[in-house]
Amino acid sequence: MKIAIIQFPGSNCDRDAYYALAGVFNQPTRLFWHKRPSLAGAECVVLPGGFSYGDYLRCGAIARFSPVMKAVVEFAQNGGPVIGICNGFQILCEAGLLPGALVRNEGMEFICETSKLKVEDSMDYFNQSSLGETIDIPIAHGEGNYRIDDDGLAELEANNQILFRYANNPNGSKADIAGIRNKEGNVFGMMPHPERAVEDLHPSRDGIGVFKAFLKSQMARQKA
Amino acid sequence: MKVTVFVTPKKTVLDPQGAAVGHAMEHLGLNPSSDVRVGKTIEFDVDGTDTPELREQIDKICDGLLSNPVIEDYRYELA
Repeated sequence: MKIAIIQFPGSNCDRDAYYALAGVFNQPTRLFWHKRPSLAGAECVVLPGGFSYGDYLRCGAIARFSPVMKAVVEFAQNGGPVIGICNGFQILCEAGLLPGALVRNEGMEFICETSKLKVEDSMDYFNQSSLGETIDIPIAHGEGNYRIDDDGLAELEANNQILFRYANNPNGSKADIAGIRNKEGNVFGMMPHPERAVEDLHPSRDGIGVFKAFLKSQMARQKA
Repeated sequence: MKVTVFVTPKKTVLDPQGAAVGHAMEHLGLNPSSDVRVGKTIEFDVDGTDTPELREQIDKICDGLLSNPVIEDYRYELA
């Protein structure tokens, strides 16, 4: 899959994502500056972590209006695979491609630690039999507290849209949610950083399974 | 015409920043009788007069960019 990693002013995990996808997975990957008007034939989009536009106004609020986002929204609405990590998750929520919003951590602290995630049975390849019951993935965020109203949460649960829950909720997220997907199954968002868990010097290599499951689930979806 | 937009976290959304400020007030001997909420003010000028069309435009900016309806409320004043 040809992967486009979008760089916003303030992205700081773009090269980590590039390293994980191009270096570890050997996928054709390119970095795309946010001012590009098109995705130039990319088959998968990654919105990386960081602090787009300094998180001014709200995290992800300004990035959502970057020129490239018009193409990303269109791509996603046509079924194209999109994954947003940390700030990328916040941008997807701001853009309305995923429900809910991320606010300040309950304890007010910026949290940087390895987090144990419970894997939910969400869809083909994105489930416990593919990823294991729990995985260890680093988190690094000050605004990772996921908020959604009760009706929205009921809908997420009913459609198996929850990907991961924190084993020890670090930030106050509703229903311990660490990652979700859209109803259609092509837009994914998560606060933890799988790109920081891909090689031996990292706290774990469980991020490899996450990317593999994401790419496989999208390939299976496209074949179906 | 000057537009002043006030954005505040929704009542149902936990406001850790407001809670921290509230605790500081208690340390100083003032016990607020409600939760403290911290929001933001955004000011800008627009050409024209107070018309339904102008208000519609401002609402559009407030709803899409200046506030997120999932977690925030807004109101504005024209002067």
